[in-house]
Amino acid sequence: MSNLVVILSAFAYLLLLFGVAYFAEFLAKKGKSIINNGYVYALSMAVFCTAWTYYGSVGKATDDGVMFLSIYIGPTIMAFFMIPVLGKIIRITKYQRINSIADFISTRYGKNFTIGIVVTIICIIGVIPYISLQLKAITSSFEIIVNKNPGGNIFLENSTLIITLILALFIILFGTRSVDATEKHEGLVAAIAFETIIKLVAFICAGIFVTYGIFNGFEDIFTRAAKHENLNKLFEIDAEKSSYSSWFTMMFISMMAVIFLPRQFQVSVVENIKEAHLKKATWLFPLYLFLINIFVLPIAFGGILIFGNNSLDADTFVLALPLHFGQDLLGLFIFIGGFSAATSMIILETIAISTMLSNNIIMPVFIRNNLFKKTIDQSFSKVILYVRRISIVLILVFAFLYEKNVAQHFSLVSLGLISFAAVTQFAPSILGGIYWKGATKNGALVGLIAGFTIWFYTLVVPSLANSGVINFSIIENGLFGFSWLKPNALFGLEGFDSITHSVIWSMFFNIFFYIVISVNDKPNAQELYQAEIFVNIYKHAKKDNQGVWKGVAFIPDLNALLENFLGAKRSKNLLQSYAQRNKIPIDAVKEADPRLVDFSEKILAGVIGSASARIMVRSITKEEEISIDGVLKILYESQQLIQLNKELRKKSSELTKATNALTKVNEQLKMIDISKDEFLYTVTHELRTPLTSIRALSEIVHDNPDMEEEQRMEFMSTIVKETERLSHLITQVLNLEKYENGKQRLNLNSFNIIDLAKEASDSLKHLAGNKDIEIQLIYPNSSLLIHADEDLLRQVILNLLSNAIKFSTKSNKIVLRIVDEQDEIGISIEDFGKGIPSAELPFIFDKFFQAHNQTLKKPQGSGLGLAICKKIIEMHNGKIWAESVEGKGSVFRFLIPNFGARKSEQ
Amino acid sequence: MSDLAKVLIVDDDPNILMSLEFLMRKSGYSVYIARNGTEALELLASNTPDIALLDIMMPDVDGYEICKHVKETEELKKCKIVFISAKTKESDIQKGYDTGADLYITKPFSTKYVVSKVKELLEET
Repeated sequence: MSNLVVILSAFAYLLLLFGVAYFAEFLAKKGKSIINNGYVYALSMAVFCTAWTYYGSVGKATDDGVMFLSIYIGPTIMAFFMIPVLGKIIRITKYQRINSIADFISTRYGKNFTIGIVVTIICIIGVIPYISLQLKAITSSFEIIVNKNPGGNIFLENSTLIITLILALFIILFGTRSVDATEKHEGLVAAIAFETIIKLVAFICAGIFVTYGIFNGFEDIFTRAAKHENLNKLFEIDAEKSSYSSWFTMMFISMMAVIFLPRQFQVSVVENIKEAHLKKATWLFPLYLFLINIFVLPIAFGGILIFGNNSLDADTFVLALPLHFGQDLLGLFIFIGGFSAATSMIILETIAISTMLSNNIIMPVFIRNNLFKKTIDQSFSKVILYVRRISIVLILVFAFLYEKNVAQHFSLVSLGLISFAAVTQFAPSILGGIYWKGATKNGALVGLIAGFTIWFYTLVVPSLANSGVINFSIIENGLFGFSWLKPNALFGLEGFDSITHSVIWSMFFNIFFYIVISVNDKPNAQELYQAEIFVNIYKHAKKDNQGVWKGVAFIPDLNALLENFLGAKRSKNLLQSYAQRNKIPIDAVKEADPRLVDFSEKILAGVIGSASARIMVRSITKEEEISIDGVLKILYESQQLIQLNKELRKKSSELTKATNALTKVNEQLKMIDISKDEFLYTVTHELRTPLTSIRALSEIVHDNPDMEEEQRMEFMSTIVKETERLSHLITQVLNLEKYENGKQRLNLNSFNIIDLAKEASDSLKHLAGNKDIEIQLIYPNSSLLIHADEDLLRQVILNLLSNAIKFSTKSNKIVLRIVDEQDEIGISIEDFGKGIPSAELPFIFDKFFQAHNQTLKKPQGSGLGLAICKKIIEMHNGKIWAESVEGKGSVFRFLIPNFGARKSEQ
Repeated sequence: MSDLAKVLIVDDDPNILMSLEFLMRKSGYSVYIARNGTEALELLASNTPDIALLDIMMPDVDGYEICKHVKETEELKKCKIVFISAKTKESDIQKGYDTGADLYITKPFSTKYVVSKVKELLEET
């Protein structure tokens, strides 16, 4: 195929990419975000599959069989942890306005500069070769498609340079629009999603062509491969080449890489719009990985079956097979697919690393330099953009040079895995950082450096030695001739592949130092605070946290600071809308609310990184030294606030309950007091009446010896009657008092209640006879045992019967009924007298009720009879009440439980 | 005092009523008795006693009501009021005087005291 067609196609594709990005930004400006959905989000994650996947998986499959799958199984397993782990990281990132993985780690460990720098350096050294690898893939695929010998065409080599520069332009255009690095890159992400679709479709096309165009389906290929002497062994897991430890290592580091590679962190965390999109990604992303791997083995086998074993680099099979069969157009499309895989990776990796480079290394240097700060004070935002743009160009140029001069010495796959192993070093400090509050800056820092050093020594040094950059003897004899320092057999560890060997030692030292130093460290206030925020993000991210900020800042200063970075209009808008949302007076007071200062710092963090933002804010504030005690206090307060509120609410409701209870008791006491007073008063009043008669009459008799005998006799007998009435009343009062105090003990025994009723009615026969009243007795059996106080029950029946007689009209009857109701015995006394008004019915058992409320002529009585009856029945755990229809009569009923008698019967 | 002085006695206790009636008759007055408030008001409609001895606690119309009626009725204006009550609380006594009573006697009373006080009150007119 002609050079021109291929190169023009590549440029046309890039142009299309610009179009897609522009279109997305255009829509976004109109308020229609096309990246704001789970599908685009999941697709953009598939930037994980690079040119290495596209070309290299086939190469790996021809060498190691199914081993190539391991780096996809890892991310698939990771999909299960996406929501808890990635979700938490996303929440933290949004809340703290974090813009890169270096920023994330630095923010977690007290917004520390040094750690940010270390992470950035690891990314640069560990990942830039990986970018070079993509450039290399582009160049190689060029060479294959135009059918030239490697490195033989000046024009092609220049094309790679030109493509690199176009990519730089693309990244600058769509990656550095805003100074706020946390702002979403609509166009960029849309373009990436577009590219992931292209590469998937292209690879599947290649697969379908090989499987069904060249061969007759999967079965055909696999049957032929099984007969092929070199291929049949690929079906098995070769114990030597792909031991279980290798499998495990590949899966582990690819699990880590799918989150911690700068570009993965960029798409899945920084560019995430909604946490909810994660849900879709948990199944869509693994599905993508599955689809792109279906045809790896068929292409690998097909390639070997067609080209033989050693004639051609297996990495090129995907492209070479269609070309070999004259399918140039298909070949071009497959080339574009690989091109898209490479460019998408380059774009995202570059934007991610350039943000780190500018925010974590270059800007802090600027900001710390006072002279510099003064000279560029007014146009800070422009400076930041330029710094970021320069970073982008620097990274790409560096990657390009690396590709030209160093990358030839490595194979595609090994460079990728080396990058994976590098970013795996972030795992302890990130995962530990979001779950373990005790992790400290020093622990993370030393762990990272140790892990990275070992990574470098065990993976990079051997490569350099192999390619002759450094003396090869280091591999043979170890550093300084110490055999235990051999890069491939550190501390004498042998029998593993180089990646596994490196991961074992680097992780061991990384985690070891991380934990040991953290445990023995004394973190500062800022670290403690950030640890709390990260670990308990779900608690803090909900409400607006006041932040550990103690000091005085003035709104004009704050405004001026933001203006430098964001421009006057935007910073004013931001501050005012925040103030409005949180009801903070912004114009009224000059001294800024702590929340406003905290908010400003977060906004700045999005622009220049958290560590620099901290310094900038500090420069305009007079801060008090924050003591650890102070931080702990604030943390304690924020932590305990909800708990405290809960407890307070509980306490207050308890208090209310107690108060209510107390009020009730108090009222009861008052009532008792009042009723006691009233009772006493009523008693004395009731005593006075007969006493008055007695005194008056006896005085009259005494003073009038000459009075008529008949009258004197009447007076004397009245005196006697009134004296009896008086003593009866006194007895009644004392009785009632006794029952109410609980001093009266029931004298319980079993007796026949029928006999008692008969006896009572007999004793009142005479009284009833006076009014021509008949007492009728109705009872179930002749004998009904009851376990009760016989004397007291007799008193009740007599009282109720005599009341009935008292209120009966002449020539009427009274019905005394006894009912056996299983566990209870019911007794009712019914009269057919004038009845009780329904309004009075509830009060008739009250003491002295009749004394106050008698509407007709007062009948003789103490006014305590019914009150005493009620007390007696209650002492038997029974119940007494009255029913009445005015003018027709009344029924008094009582029920007494009768368990005791039944027991004694048995 | 040309005619016999007229005394109204109101009490719901028949024995007290009996003793007061005896005492007043013995003193030579003309006596009207009522066993409750209603009877008292009926009597007052057609008679103008010079003095009324009133119980307070009665089931239908209490002594205060009768006193008020007497004080508000033009024909009965000259009638003296004596409460004879078992209510001994300071507040009850005060209420009695407030309603317009000339005297408040608590039960049980001394017969001599009642007789002499009634005499005094009748002589005032």
